[in-house]
Amino acid sequence: MKILVPVKRVADPDNANKMKVSPDGSRVTSDGLEWKLNPFDEYAVEAALRLNENGATGERLGEVIVVSIGAEDVQTTLRQPLAMGADRAILVKADDAEIDSLVVAKALKALVEAEKPDLVLMGKQAVDGDSNTAGQMLAELLGWPMATFAMSIHGEDGALRVGREVDTGVLTVKVTPPAVVTVDLRIVSPNGVKNGVTPDSHVYNEGARYASLKGIMAAKKKAIDVKSLADVGAADGAVVKYTKFELPPARSGQVKYVADVAELVNKLKTEAKAI
Amino acid sequence: MTDVLVVAELLDGGLRKNTLSAVRFARQVAEGTGGAFDVLAIGEGAAAAASALEGYGARKVLVAEIEGGYLAEKYAPTIADAARGTYGVVAATASTYGKDLLPRVAARLDAGVASDIAAVSVEGGTLSYKRPMYAGNVFGWCAVRSDVQVVTVRQTEFEAAEPTGGSSPTETVSISSDPAADRIEFISLESVKSERPELTEAQIVVSGGRALKSAENFHTVLEPLVDALGAAMGASRAACDAGYVPNDLQVGQTGKVVAPKLYVAVGISGAIQHLAGMKGSKVIVAINKDKEAPIAQVADYFLVADLFAAVPELTAEINRVKALG
Ligand SMILES: Cc1cc2nc3c(=O)[nH]c(=O)nc-3n(C[C@H](O)[C@H](O)[C@H](O)COP(=O)(O)OP(=O)(O)OC[C@H]3O[C@@H](n4cnc5c(N)ncnc54)[C@H](O)[C@@H]3O)c2cc1C
Ligand SMILES: Nc1ncnc2c1ncn2[C@@H]1O[C@H](COP(=O)(O)O)[C@@H](O)[C@H]1O
Repeated sequence: MKILVPVKRVADPDNANKMKVSPDGSRVTSDGLEWKLNPFDEYAVEAALRLNENGATGERLGEVIVVSIGAEDVQTTLRQPLAMGADRAILVKADDAEIDSLVVAKALKALVEAEKPDLVLMGKQAVDGDSNTAGQMLAELLGWPMATFAMSIHGEDGALRVGREVDTGVLTVKVTPPAVVTVDLRIVSPNGVKNGVTPDSHVYNEGARYASLKGIMAAKKKAIDVKSLADVGAADGAVVKYTKFELPPARSGQVKYVADVAELVNKLKTEAKAI
Repeated sequence: MTDVLVVAELLDGGLRKNTLSAVRFARQVAEGTGGAFDVLAIGEGAAAAASALEGYGARKVLVAEIEGGYLAEKYAPTIADAARGTYGVVAATASTYGKDLLPRVAARLDAGVASDIAAVSVEGGTLSYKRPMYAGNVFGWCAVRSDVQVVTVRQTEFEAAEPTGGSSPTETVSISSDPAADRIEFISLESVKSERPELTEAQIVVSGGRALKSAENFHTVLEPLVDALGAAMGASRAACDAGYVPNDLQVGQTGKVVAPKLYVAVGISGAIQHLAGMKGSKVIVAINKDKEAPIAQVADYFLVADLFAAVPELTAEINRVKALG
């Protein structure tokens, strides 16, 4: 299977509480924070690699192409999925301020039409904007079926059986490629992906794989094709326009350490009136 | 003047109460712009669900009966056709249903989406939306500059609309389809049924973390406390990943967002992604043996203790106090 994996780089999500807003509220900045691959996209890369390999022998079964729409130096971030095992990359140069999910979906649509993958596998959400919209929009623009919030993907007879994490439990669908699948956290559990080739006896580690030293060396030689938004017909600009940013108000009051259960219950009853 | 179309959420042929959050939003927009709002009941059992929607002040309740399990590919064409040229805003509650479906509708309408919004403001007829970003560490205000604006609203920030009385007329809309639906099949929806209140609607939530160590301990240690408080049970990602509890109990950036009157975090460190889902709670209690755990940044009360001793003791104390009335 040929798989396209759109990835975004984001400010280090484990330090998201260090994001800053300019005094006039016009800009949000991540000064001092490292750039990371959006965690859901890292999981999508892992899922794509699992779908396209025999996990026991390491034999490759198809191509995995990673694509990103972002600044020139996103090329550095793209080396990570290449080192994990993706074959090549495409960067569409854009300023983060000129893109929204609709622009991203339009750019990706053009890349899909050029590359003709069987599957687009992507994160369910970029954890900077927390929009959770690009995959669904791409599927619609392509006229493809989709399975969002995937926690499992099992290949069966040319179709994919996908377990979707929804509010009320697990919703299972069977989708016939070409399709868009967006992944949730648990796709990288040991049994998240089954491709019908990797023997059931093979157990994957929890989480995304680390790049080996060999992988890192190989990634340096892999191609990154650089394009512009105009090249992919997505230069119309964003329709979602941010006018102002603000930090959330701090929670009022300091934490009170209570000595024991009796004091806790007393405080909850008389002070907080919460029980 | 902006007219709003609310897309209702159905489950097992009935209306999900979370729909009323989107109704609250629609009322605000309609009132602020001098427009009106309609509600669309779509799916299997839509006609029956429509009757539950008649008393909320909608100009009309639209009905699109579509058989079989929910698939965005089956619903989106009908919603987009109903919306095109008629509504300025299409809205739903930001549940996994709304998040799955509405962006698909938006792309059909060449529209932008403001997802998971926490507030709306109407100034001079122009709408802007406040949305949490970076796991709730920044709020951004945005405008959506497309003919139709598509919005999903955060249930914790838009309180369920109360009935207004009256009875909106119903109207059947025609069903549209798309070939994308031919390549996807609904297989099943597996849910773990619980007698407890729904996580997103409960007044009190008690959540357990990795420190509970097993499914068995959730059952024997945490659940008695949950039930003594008449609470809903939640969990951290670590507890869900380890299989101690079903995934749909996960609270956080990627799980459910809750804002109860009381949130009790038991053996949860308070990672940024967890805080994103609960820091809007009114009162937060942490029970943790590490007094430096990051949960302290948002907790109002912190009991430094081993949960295996403290939780049974707390359960007994709550039961005792309750018995006293
Ligand atoms: C993309 C992404 C999305 C994520 N989304 C979410 C999300 O939605 N929700 C979420 O919860 N997490 C999420 N996470 C995971 C998050 O980063 C943390 O790893 C997770 O919340 C940790 O769970 P925990 O607090 O139960 O475990 P830990 O961090 O291991 O904390 C356990 C705590 O228990 C305490 N403890 C241990 N033993 C005892 C005892 N006997 N008595 C009392 N206290 C004890 C310890 O002091 C510690 O503070 C996400 C991560 C990523 C990368
Ligand atoms: N600028 C981008 N470049 C490549 N992929 C993106 C970009 N923005 C979003 N995506 C993809 O779309 C998914 C959902 O993003 P979002 O709708 O922004 O939350 C992400 O997990 C990525 O897979």
